[in-house]
Amino acid sequence: MNAANIKFRIVKSKIMQVVIIAFAFAITLPLLFIIFYIFRQGITKINWTFLTRIPKPVGELGGGIANALLGSVLIVFVASIIAIPFGILCGIYLSENKTSRLSYWSRLTVDVLQGVPSIVIGIVVYFWIVKTVGTFSAFSGSIALAIMMLPILIRSTEETLKLIPSTLKEAGLALGLPYHKVILRVIVPCGISGILSGVMLSIARIAGETAPLLFTAFGNPYLSTNILKPMQSLPLLIFNYATSPYDDWHDLAWGAALILLLTVLLLNIITKITTRRWSVQL
Amino acid sequence: MTNYPQYSVRVIHYLNMEAIQQKIEEIPVKKNRGSNGQIRMEYVFRRTLVIAALLMVVLVFGIMLTLIIESTPSMKSLGIKYLWGKTWDPINNVYGSYSFLLGTLLTSFLALIISIPFSFAVAFYLGEYKPTGWFSNFLKNTVDLIAAVPSVIYGFWGLIVLVPIVRNLEMKIGVLPYGIGIFTASLVLAIMIIPYAASLGREMIRLVPSSLKEGAYSLGATKWEVIHRVILPYTKSGLFAGILLSLGRALGETMAVTMVIGNTSMIPTSIFAPGNTMASVIANEFNEADHTLYWSALVELGLVLFLVTVVINMIGKRIIKRFTNE
Amino acid sequence: MTQTLNKIKSRLIAFSLLSSLILLYSQSFGQSGDKSLLGAGSTFINPLFSKMFAEYNKKTGMEVNYQSIGSGGGILQLTNKTVDFGASDGPLNDEQTTKMGVPVLHIPMASGAVVLTYNLPGVNASLKLTPDVIADMFLGKITKWDDKGITALNAGITIPSFPILIVHRSDGSGTTNIFTNYLSKVSPEWSSKVGSGGAVNWPTGLGGKGSEGVSGLVKQTPGAVGYVELIYALQNKMSFAQVKNLKGKFIMPSLTSVSAASNIQLPDDAKVFITNTDAADGYPISGFTWVIIYKEQNYSSRSMQRAQNLLQLLWWNIHDGQQYTTPLNYSPLSKGALQVAEKILKSATYNGKAILK
Repeated sequence: MNAANIKFRIVKSKIMQVVIIAFAFAITLPLLFIIFYIFRQGITKINWTFLTRIPKPVGELGGGIANALLGSVLIVFVASIIAIPFGILCGIYLSENKTSRLSYWSRLTVDVLQGVPSIVIGIVVYFWIVKTVGTFSAFSGSIALAIMMLPILIRSTEETLKLIPSTLKEAGLALGLPYHKVILRVIVPCGISGILSGVMLSIARIAGETAPLLFTAFGNPYLSTNILKPMQSLPLLIFNYATSPYDDWHDLAWGAALILLLTVLLLNIITKITTRRWSVQL
Repeated sequence: MTNYPQYSVRVIHYLNMEAIQQKIEEIPVKKNRGSNGQIRMEYVFRRTLVIAALLMVVLVFGIMLTLIIESTPSMKSLGIKYLWGKTWDPINNVYGSYSFLLGTLLTSFLALIISIPFSFAVAFYLGEYKPTGWFSNFLKNTVDLIAAVPSVIYGFWGLIVLVPIVRNLEMKIGVLPYGIGIFTASLVLAIMIIPYAASLGREMIRLVPSSLKEGAYSLGATKWEVIHRVILPYTKSGLFAGILLSLGRALGETMAVTMVIGNTSMIPTSIFAPGNTMASVIANEFNEADHTLYWSALVELGLVLFLVTVVINMIGKRIIKRFTNE
Repeated sequence: MTQTLNKIKSRLIAFSLLSSLILLYSQSFGQSGDKSLLGAGSTFINPLFSKMFAEYNKKTGMEVNYQSIGSGGGILQLTNKTVDFGASDGPLNDEQTTKMGVPVLHIPMASGAVVLTYNLPGVNASLKLTPDVIADMFLGKITKWDDKGITALNAGITIPSFPILIVHRSDGSGTTNIFTNYLSKVSPEWSSKVGSGGAVNWPTGLGGKGSEGVSGLVKQTPGAVGYVELIYALQNKMSFAQVKNLKGKFIMPSLTSVSAASNIQLPDDAKVFITNTDAADGYPISGFTWVIIYKEQNYSSRSMQRAQNLLQLLWWNIHDGQQYTTPLNYSPLSKGALQVAEKILKSATYNGKAILK
């Protein structure tokens, strides 16, 4: 073990450290660059007209994204209403029953669902709902999005509730509370922060999803609140306008992209902040 | 309320003592009001939970069934040749998914190759070099946020920013300056899948028992040697699982890819040529597959995509489970 | 702690009640099923439809939601009965007709030009192209812009030595249908190698989604050439080519040259391709766009009201709506074409009885 050998190893280690730090640092660049670029492109386009008008006919200037904004809000809202109770209940079941046959299969299928590409879910919902009912609708889009929300909701609910000491449940039951009260009034409120963060994460995930909406919500140039009819949404608008040749449509797409990006990032950041403060200490 | 030992103080922090006290007072009254109702409520509640779990299973099996049923016409008439047929010709009803399989595999693997150095760098940095500190927090949050950005935004940005850059590059190299193509799609994908291997890798590295690492350090190993000779072999399978999960994500990515890949059904001649992936083909052509064979060929693509991504994800998850339980 | 939880709980309940109320309420002043119509299809006609329907909405309050997903998409969605009408630049072929099952009506709306638009740095003028050259470009046989075949036709223009990047449609398209129909007529090699239809096996090139996608790609890619409807090239200030027609003249695609090509006697079912016209001043790559509807409108429990709304919309399209064609460089229906269209519309029935009187 001579000195030169040791020096070489130390130098090598230092070099690798620099390389690794450089690469790690480089990661932050694309994201910052993208955010900065979208911000710069989009911030000038957002004004009152932008937010409250609907798009003009092809080739005419002016117009806004009001229909897409409202559409996105409505579709995500309906998807959440469908998915949240369902997801939380399933998560509760999985956290309570760790070894039953049903929970094995349920966990397996949740894992499978998490990996299914969103376009495949869009195909399936098209077949299940759009073709059967006979029309495209925001509702079918919501169903597709709800299916995508489920794995995240179930996962986070299950993980949160698993962290809660079982002594809590046992204390409640020992005090004579009925099972559903123990779960709904003691355990779930205890883990509400984790569940809420799961809700917010799943909403952030689907707010930007385009593929499932391609064959379900379809799009609509008018302001619409009817969920049984086609509806426009922000990601659909961005996709259609970004690939078009019209410069003013590109402008609309930038503004819409900025709004979407900020919403999604905000949801994620809020989730991080709240989870850190309320993390269950054991 | 004041004499509880240290352990229970924390429990109480979450134990809704007042509510429980309230319930304790309520219980005698409620009990007299008919425990039958309560038992029924319990029963209903338990049943609801079971139904919720059951519905998940039904849902996923339903998805698989629908895909299989809808692709039977295509499977019946095209058979196994579908997988290596090189022509995708809706006019003459000849469907071969080879060029899309190739495009999918090319873009995903290229994206993996590009992203792995970065993911691992992040994993090593956050797992071993500096798990705490303001930069580490910043890095960790940034990586998570990368995963949060919707893919259509990546596609838009790629179309407007990356494509001209790649086009200039192609002109310098001397290939056809499409700008759009497999390479650009791989770049965008690479950025998008970094978080998965990175965060999983970090978790795996943190699981390495410190006794192993301290042993190596005390024997005089440098930091890099500890990573290279101790951590890497130990977390090999975990890191591999992270790679698999990134791959699964890349395979199914649709929007960002379809905006920058060129959408042609020809077999790509080089990585700078345009191509197509399975997911992108479905997105482009699904809304207009106007004859049964066309439609069912597309659904069969979806089925292949479904199976491939599911298998890869399941293998990855299984490895992680085994690793974290060891 | 209880108080915060109770507060959260009650706020959540109030919020969900309020929002469900709002949602329910909003459904009522959204459309009753019959104040809106849904159509899908051709991107070729999208600029025209988008303007027409906006004006129709101003006039009658009827919301016509038209999604330009390509002619193939329009036909499919109509077959699946998920839309009220489809729009296509190519009439239904035999297989599509069989798949429909029941008779459908093709109502011509307007005609337009499929232009060859290109992005050649330094060349703003309109290049002259002949049918063989175009076919060879799209077959991949001519690969550079300064190829002899092209420079010979354009003596006065200096053409830079760029590689030719073909941009075609990645989706099922009536524009492709018209273009490949033309190519099959003028090039036997194309006809045997590739054929014609809504989506073909292109020998070379990039795919763009919709005419929007193709024009977008051409606009951003130096050396690219694609085929789109005239208005897309005009609205985006892109150059397009003059094409030699059957009579030997180089024709600039325009309102007049398209009208010359479409001024023919339409057959009774209005299904006809007008490519490679023998009109002296006709632009050879022109085509009609049709709206396609079911002949018998009582299907999937559609109401009489809805059928009437649809027919009234289409009637307006071929009459008052025609005023919006020329400003956008589409060619309006000729008198003869109008008569055929009216007859076809009047043959639409609800429960066997004619809807329009």
